[in-house]
Amino acid sequence: MTLLDRHIAFLEALRAAGMPVSLSEDLDAVAALGLVGWGERQQVHDTYAATLLKRQSQRETFDEYFEIYFPRMVGEGVARADAAQDQPAVRDSAADLAAFTEELADALEADDLERLRQLASEAVGRFGAMPGRGPGMSSWSAYTTLRRLSTDELTLKLIEGLRRIGWGEEAAVRAASTRVGSYQQMVEADARRRIAEEKGPDQIARITVRPTIDRLDFLSARRVDLEALRREIYPLARRLATRLTQEKHARRRGALDMRRTVRASIGTGGVPLTTHHRPKRPHRTELVILCDVSGSVANFASFTLMLVFALREQLGKVRAFTFVDDIHEVTDHFAPGADLVDTMTRLADATSHAARFGRTNYGRAFARFLEDHPDALGPKSSLLILGDARSNYSDLSLPTLRRMREAARHAWWLNPEARRSWDTGDSAASDYAAVVPMVECRNLTQLTEFVHDIL
Amino acid sequence: MVWFSSPSDATTRLGEVGYLADPATATTAFLAGALEKPLLVEGPAGVGKTELAKAVSRATGADLVRLQCYEGLDEARALYEWNYKKQLLRIQAANDGQAWEETHDDIFSEEFLLTRPLLTAIRRSEPTVLLIDEVDKTDVEVEGLLLEVLSDFQVTIPELGTVAATRRPFVVLTSNASRELSEAVKRRCLYLHLDYPDTERERAIVTSQVPDLDDKVATQLVSAVARLRDLELKKAPSIAETVDWARTLLALHIDDLDAMAIDDTLGVVLKHASDTDRAVRELKLR
Repeated sequence: MTLLDRHIAFLEALRAAGMPVSLSEDLDAVAALGLVGWGERQQVHDTYAATLLKRQSQRETFDEYFEIYFPRMVGEGVARADAAQDQPAVRDSAADLAAFTEELADALEADDLERLRQLASEAVGRFGAMPGRGPGMSSWSAYTTLRRLSTDELTLKLIEGLRRIGWGEEAAVRAASTRVGSYQQMVEADARRRIAEEKGPDQIARITVRPTIDRLDFLSARRVDLEALRREIYPLARRLATRLTQEKHARRRGALDMRRTVRASIGTGGVPLTTHHRPKRPHRTELVILCDVSGSVANFASFTLMLVFALREQLGKVRAFTFVDDIHEVTDHFAPGADLVDTMTRLADATSHAARFGRTNYGRAFARFLEDHPDALGPKSSLLILGDARSNYSDLSLPTLRRMREAARHAWWLNPEARRSWDTGDSAASDYAAVVPMVECRNLTQLTEFVHDIL
Repeated sequence: MVWFSSPSDATTRLGEVGYLADPATATTAFLAGALEKPLLVEGPAGVGKTELAKAVSRATGADLVRLQCYEGLDEARALYEWNYKKQLLRIQAANDGQAWEETHDDIFSEEFLLTRPLLTAIRRSEPTVLLIDEVDKTDVEVEGLLLEVLSDFQVTIPELGTVAATRRPFVVLTSNASRELSEAVKRRCLYLHLDYPDTERERAIVTSQVPDLDDKVATQLVSAVARLRDLELKKAPSIAETVDWARTLLALHIDDLDAMAIDDTLGVVLKHASDTDRAVRELKLR
């Protein structure tokens, strides 16, 4: 494979991952690399980033692909291969493991990144090999490697070590977990690199690289992803608010103001040169949100709530309710200017109020909503229901929902499941969709578009 | 003109004028000069986006032409405008014998042209750094205006013809990403995302900006700021605010940044009440 082939394969992979890399950017990258040269890997990385990347949210995907297509080294690397000549082929015994852990603990305590990276690669090489039956079948496992090294013990040891050299308790715990965390990532990256070497980068790129955060499914988000998503909410709300204000300004002119136009025309001898218009009355949506907060859809519900409340200035009034099989109002939890993390925690605590038996029951929740809050829906309000429409085969109370639909001005249902899994199992998606228009809303991009359209 | 001869040259020369660039920034700045392409810098407020343009101009001895963007910015403020008043005077001063054709040709000439930053930067024959600041604040229409300038470095004035750059300026666009710029603008630019620096680099920045600050306090300060940034605040402290904090500590003669001192001076870095509450709780200040 020539350098050009590799370059083109890299670009192809980026395009496949949804990054818009055009031909002109391709040419820019080649021109830039001609100037910078291939001497230093970091510079090649920065050059590609400067010419191909267009937004920060793509950075992570870009970095992962770069690691796969332009790995740090091949196999064990040059320096290691020389040193390994006079060592036995299999270096995986209890004594070896103990010695290695000792070395790793030292490096972690010194926070020596270069050394840690070397040790990560060595760890995968020694403890993560999964021999296959035939040639090309062998593989590498980051999971096995980390299990063998027992990272929890390493963290504890590191905390102790840091405490000994005069760190505070809290600072030590924090530093230890970040350092061990980044070491784990190094191990994972090295395993990917080795697999890519064996199986070819294209295949690995397709399997292992995760989508960017704004295209990540809410339902498949891990804990780390949730934190990243939470960080996105305020920037997203700000972007959305800017966009909405600009669009409003574009259609700001209302009906002709006859009086002012005629008055102004006196200055120009009775000829109305400039027309004056009445400002348009701002139309403010009143929103009533009903959220299913059971189990897996809870994350989706809280993100949507956070986004809506971050956009509160754009809205007239918002009332939020959560339900599992009972209804509970949570509007008070969203104080203006409140802290995001606190609000999320309080919201999670409030879930218990929304449950009576703890099994999702949409029909019962709707009925209880109409019973307890008959005044919530009016001719000015819009109804927004969030949930996967999985009601445990209970009564759907379609007539109740129809009454709610009729009481409100607009109504939408956001479903975080992919459209193809609607109506599977206990999902009553199409029954409900017949009453209230249902929209698929799986990731931040879809959510943003939806919120933009209804405001 | 050669702006920087290599990425490492960019690092040293930017460092000499007091801008400590990380490798990615240096490489990208070098490329922007070598490829003669505009450089789009994005990132949170206060990480040194505008400062980068100023540093480039200082390091290379080029003059800085700045276009500050805002909502409602139009062609007349960004590109060029005809000097109506002077044109009127010219018409009135003309003697009756002069034909209209002559007057017409006369009033649309260089003499009556008011150049605005974009045209100024293009027509200059000396090395120029053109800074288009906060480009995300403009309306979408202005982006269209920028396209011709950014890709071909030329401006078309109907009455005068096309003015092409005699010497391509070093263009830096900054954006807070409060709005997505159009793909057309992004495609013409090199992209650089500036983020909060790591603790080592931040300490170097603080000590270079506030040289009188004690080493111990600088270390404490930088680690405190790093912790604050981890807290998921509404507005994380920027580099500019870190430097402000350092100056505050110096002015108050604080030589040990303990919980008490942090609590007293937290207002310098945190600007939201809820952020302060959160910091006080998480760092156990009270």
